[in-house]
Amino acid sequence: MNETIETVLQGLTKKAPTSVYGNVMVGTGLWDEYAIVDGPIESMYVAWNPRGITTCVPVSIVGDDADFESRHPRSSRRGQLPSALASKLDRALDTGRLGAVPVDLSSLGDFQKAVLRKCAEIPPGEIRPYGWIATEIGNPGAVRAVGSALGRNPIPILIPCHRVVRTDGSIGNYAYGPQMKRDLLTSEGLDPITIEEKARRHVRFTGSDTTLIYCYPTCRHARRTMEQHNVEFRSSSEAEAAGYRACKVCRPAA
Amino acid sequence: METAQLALTGALAEDLDAAFPDLVRSRQDRLYSGVLRIVRHHADAADITQETLIRAYRALRGYETNRIQTLRLDGWLWTIALNLCRNRARNAHPLPSNVPDTQDPGRGPEAEAIDRTGTAAWDERLAKLTGPQRNAVVLRHVVGLSYREISEASGRPTGTVKADVHRGLDRLKKLFEAEAMR
Repeated sequence: MNETIETVLQGLTKKAPTSVYGNVMVGTGLWDEYAIVDGPIESMYVAWNPRGITTCVPVSIVGDDADFESRHPRSSRRGQLPSALASKLDRALDTGRLGAVPVDLSSLGDFQKAVLRKCAEIPPGEIRPYGWIATEIGNPGAVRAVGSALGRNPIPILIPCHRVVRTDGSIGNYAYGPQMKRDLLTSEGLDPITIEEKARRHVRFTGSDTTLIYCYPTCRHARRTMEQHNVEFRSSSEAEAAGYRACKVCRPAA
Repeated sequence: METAQLALTGALAEDLDAAFPDLVRSRQDRLYSGVLRIVRHHADAADITQETLIRAYRALRGYETNRIQTLRLDGWLWTIALNLCRNRARNAHPLPSNVPDTQDPGRGPEAEAIDRTGTAAWDERLAKLTGPQRNAVVLRHVVGLSYREISEASGRPTGTVKADVHRGLDRLKKLFEAEAMR
């Protein structure tokens, strides 16, 4: 009889529900989930795992879910944004600042992480040149490397690489094309035409002759300067020679 | 089985993220089957199966390469699973936990009681064993672990585990035969 009971017990197996595999992959962070959320100029695919946001892509760049999944093999399942993450994300999109949104950059190298973290500090409606990031992260010679690190930004828009421009002040390139970069800057209240016009005149900094402080032209302090007190500089050495000191908020780099 | 386990622990040690999906695919059905027989509740069994594998992944993340290589995978996984089953029993729901494997609206409770060979009937009998006996019988005969692995999973000596299995089977047999007398 024990023999048959053993056989019966062997038959009491049951396949795990199909949801188990996906839940484990998501729970371990080996899979990301993704959803479509409203963005500043169009909706975006956003992927996340328990550590934070991993990916952000404007919908116009991606065809459909299948296309998104094939470009981002870790993002294998449509999901519902956890409510805590959703409210932080809403706030980030409202304010244009990453703020409390957790991001998972764990698959990136230390240099790229440093570049992206620094980039995330640039306030909405302001721009900085590649060289500013290079200087700020203690690597002033690495301007090109900064450019390529930003070009491979996995979380554009949320990490605002569109706010980083060429050293001469021209708007420069963008992973999703220069027009989207201009549109994003416009959505933050900047005027791409004015920016490019200054670049053509080689104006890199502006100062105020009342405070004798010079800034990047889009620094919030520069923008407060009244027109009759506004002075333009082509380089920091020109500004310093005129007796101006660098703004402590936007920290203009040579 | 042994060589397959060695190949898997080797792969996990080499590249955890690449090999972990194989661990999930090769273990999820047996974990689920065993846990389901112990907790007798589908959703809870699925939860415990998931949680076991997620905790296993997090633990493996923190282990040194040679610790993963020499890990005795199934005994270790079931240590986690049995702990979760125990925690669930401790916070036991007051609701009846017995959910039949197949929902058959045509069969009332009477038909269910008469069907002595059905899964539900065997779950009822397993529930009448002591906890250690039930765990040992399920791990040995439903999941197919060795006595050594059950000993690792339950923290009980191999000899005790063998006795648990034998007494458990004996009791199941007596329960089955007693029902036939009614």
